[in-house]
Amino acid sequence: MNTDQPLHWLLGRLDISALPILPAIRNPTPSEFVAAGAALAVIVGAFAALAFLTWFRLWTPLWRDWLTSTDHKRIGIMYVVLAIVMMARGVIEAGVMRTQQAFGLGGGFLTPEHFSELFTTHGTIMIFFVAMPLIAGIVNYIMPLQIGARDMSFPVMNQISLGLTATGAALVMISLVLAQFSNGTWAAYPPYTGLDFNPGTGPDYWIWTIVFSGIGSTLSGINFAVTIYKERAPGMTLFRMPVFCWTVLCTAIIMIFALPPLTVAALMLGADRYLDFHFFTNDLGGNMMNFVNLFWLFGHPEVYLLVIPAYGVLSETVATFSGKRIYGYTSMVYATMAIAVLSFCVWLHHFFTMGQSANVNIVFGVASMMIAVPTGVKVYNWMATMFRGRIRMTVPMIYAIGFFYLFVIGGLTGVILANPTITYQVHNTLFLVAHFHNVIIPGVVFGLLSGYHYWFPKAFGFRLHEGWGRLIALCWIFGFSLAFLPLYALGFMGMPRRTANFTDPAYLPLLYVALFGAAILLVAVVSILIQLWVSVRRREELAVPLGDPWNGRTLEWATPSPPPPYNFAILPQVRCIDDFADAKATGRAYAEPGADAYEDIEMPDNTPIGVFLCIGTTVLGLALVFYIWWLAIASFVAMTLVFIVRSFRVSSSHVIPAAEIAAAHRHWLDQVRAAAPVTRLEETHSANRGLAVLERPEMTGAAQ
Amino acid sequence: MKHPILHPGLNLGPHHGQTHASAEKAVFGFWVFLMSDLIIFGLMFATYATMSNPVGLAGGPGPKEAFDLTSVFIQTMILLVSSLTFGFASLALRHEAGRGRIALWLVVTLLLGLAFLGFELRDFAHMVEIGAVPSRSGYLSAFWGLVPLHGAHVAAGCVWILVMLAQMATLGLVSVVKTRLLRLGLFWHFLDLVWIGIFTIVYLSGLAS
Repeated sequence: MNTDQPLHWLLGRLDISALPILPAIRNPTPSEFVAAGAALAVIVGAFAALAFLTWFRLWTPLWRDWLTSTDHKRIGIMYVVLAIVMMARGVIEAGVMRTQQAFGLGGGFLTPEHFSELFTTHGTIMIFFVAMPLIAGIVNYIMPLQIGARDMSFPVMNQISLGLTATGAALVMISLVLAQFSNGTWAAYPPYTGLDFNPGTGPDYWIWTIVFSGIGSTLSGINFAVTIYKERAPGMTLFRMPVFCWTVLCTAIIMIFALPPLTVAALMLGADRYLDFHFFTNDLGGNMMNFVNLFWLFGHPEVYLLVIPAYGVLSETVATFSGKRIYGYTSMVYATMAIAVLSFCVWLHHFFTMGQSANVNIVFGVASMMIAVPTGVKVYNWMATMFRGRIRMTVPMIYAIGFFYLFVIGGLTGVILANPTITYQVHNTLFLVAHFHNVIIPGVVFGLLSGYHYWFPKAFGFRLHEGWGRLIALCWIFGFSLAFLPLYALGFMGMPRRTANFTDPAYLPLLYVALFGAAILLVAVVSILIQLWVSVRRREELAVPLGDPWNGRTLEWATPSPPPPYNFAILPQVRCIDDFADAKATGRAYAEPGADAYEDIEMPDNTPIGVFLCIGTTVLGLALVFYIWWLAIASFVAMTLVFIVRSFRVSSSHVIPAAEIAAAHRHWLDQVRAAAPVTRLEETHSANRGLAVLERPEMTGAAQ
Repeated sequence: MKHPILHPGLNLGPHHGQTHASAEKAVFGFWVFLMSDLIIFGLMFATYATMSNPVGLAGGPGPKEAFDLTSVFIQTMILLVSSLTFGFASLALRHEAGRGRIALWLVVTLLLGLAFLGFELRDFAHMVEIGAVPSRSGYLSAFWGLVPLHGAHVAAGCVWILVMLAQMATLGLVSVVKTRLLRLGLFWHFLDLVWIGIFTIVYLSGLAS
């Protein structure tokens, strides 16, 4: 990596030493073998994927039906696939870290350097490439259906958002094979991540990963908000929207306002590293506290960005599987909004110990404690929804119960940490690690996985296997409890976070418990893949093509499964909250419309722009990481030109004729009339074809 | 009011038919984008404010050595007038005064934008000459992070005007061209607004202290 090498003008600082195989040969330690093995896994995985696509001749369908699609439903599914692939890596890294700490008394098998890289990539991946794409995926799929829209407001921009998120994920994966990712934690505090202390490729990988995926998420936020404001079906007033849509609106607003600080912080760090600026350096008037403030000005709203849609999912599943309308709808909406606003007022509690006055600390401490109030309102509302409901303990409800117990514990430790005096005692210990995993796993992950199970039949036309689903849910609940609750105790015992090894043997027993819990979580993640495999194999028996397997309450269940590209043959006329439940109770559902009710529908064409920008920004990112200036300029110019040339094409939509829509719709209605509806007792049996018996119709009215 | 205003700012009006209605979504989306962009500028302003003190200056050149108020005042006037001329272009669009009239005002706006950039680059060259470069101090880093960011936006706006001139020539005043002109207008006025902030916070208060 010096400027004297012959190909420097061509390859920048990229040379043979960037490959992780070489250090493993030169210095055969377990730590290097783990790194080389990870690189090998990425290469083998990539080749296996290419071989699979070629062998089954899937390139054309992949390109035509998926990569170039502007359909919000397909984009949503691609987000979820991306999240699951990245989750595999994030969970494996977590397992390696837990194993290291369990053997970390005076050593262990990983170097501290390598351990730092692991918790950096684990954090970056889990937040930006697991939680965020899972949310973006579920929102993309469900939100337009719930408000009765045909697509997002900006379908092409939606595809571009996906492309930019994939760029970030690609850069993190490539960093396993070429040089190293950052070891400066997911928050990447300078001056440690500055050029003086960290001249390698790591922080540069972090910067470009964050910048590109951050821009993608900002565009997603704009798209979600505009879709909710402008695309609602006739009669769908804001206060008739499902609670999930309200949570999406809050999340979208947080995306619009909270992601720019991250982009700014990352680009300023980039200016320090590339252009010799002094925003955050130790010398010449730089101020690293500015980075810390900017980062957490993003970072705190970010955690609410993640958990608020999970609240939304739970609001849907708890209502559906209790057979009741959500209790306290209006208070639910205001509580969500209050949390979204408060999330911008508490960022300083991430660094109580970094030198503010006690008065500043206490303002942010009180603000942080206040978040517990609207959150408590929500928890009570969910429990009141279940009270005297027609509860079925299916998979989403198991997650919900786990959520109630565990998330409340996480919330209470959050209130403890909001007290600056206590933070001074437990800051940078495992207590903190336990706390944020305790809100993110039972909050975000449980919520999203229950949403995955709940809406999977909507997306693919068959249910997920119930038995495997219950096993997965229980593995998550018990695995989480064993893996993370001991960390609270370890934190009180004084074990610091982010430490590869330690000298106090008193930590060992609880670290073994945590390792066992991590093993159970690994079983849970592997079981997700097995469940998918089993469900695909038995898709005939699990099929629910008629679209309403759970006696759903909101508009997405009023369509066939999977829904047609245009979502609704005729745009629904919404009369009240939970309109589909009301339609079924009053006989409006599945009504045969008149022949002239169908109209031609204009839908956006496919476009390769998202794929092109994904490749272009990935090349740009790599060129910048390795100082290949000609390639950086070329890729930037190429992307700009393609963008401009593309804007000269005017027509980018096609029309689906009314007759075709009418035929498909009537065919579905005929199937509905011919089918045998099932009661809730048979919900998880193969008799369930997606048509529900209206149970206790008198309660449907009374519960309103 | 005879017809509803579909989005904040200049509406095309019902005599533009379907284009008027379809502009609602696109223009609203662009407002939201500008809001997000404004956050970026706001944070750059905040960074600048925290660094304009003796610690941030680190003994390097300060506002009195680096800034030339005459030149900055000329830039301000040019940019304000360019907003006015863009306004004329928007009115010509709304009142269907024809492609020629719209193009004329857009070209005037473009020339003013380029003049602004010319003066700004001249000032930057002067700063480089006296050593007021970002590698000198945190304060100058904050300056070079904020003011050229605005300049880059103006340059992007100029490219956008060129693209729109080309699209008006090749595609005519079709629906998508009209909504793009509306959005370009918002963008241009937005940059004016940000410049008012820069003029006040960076230049005036910098030279006053």
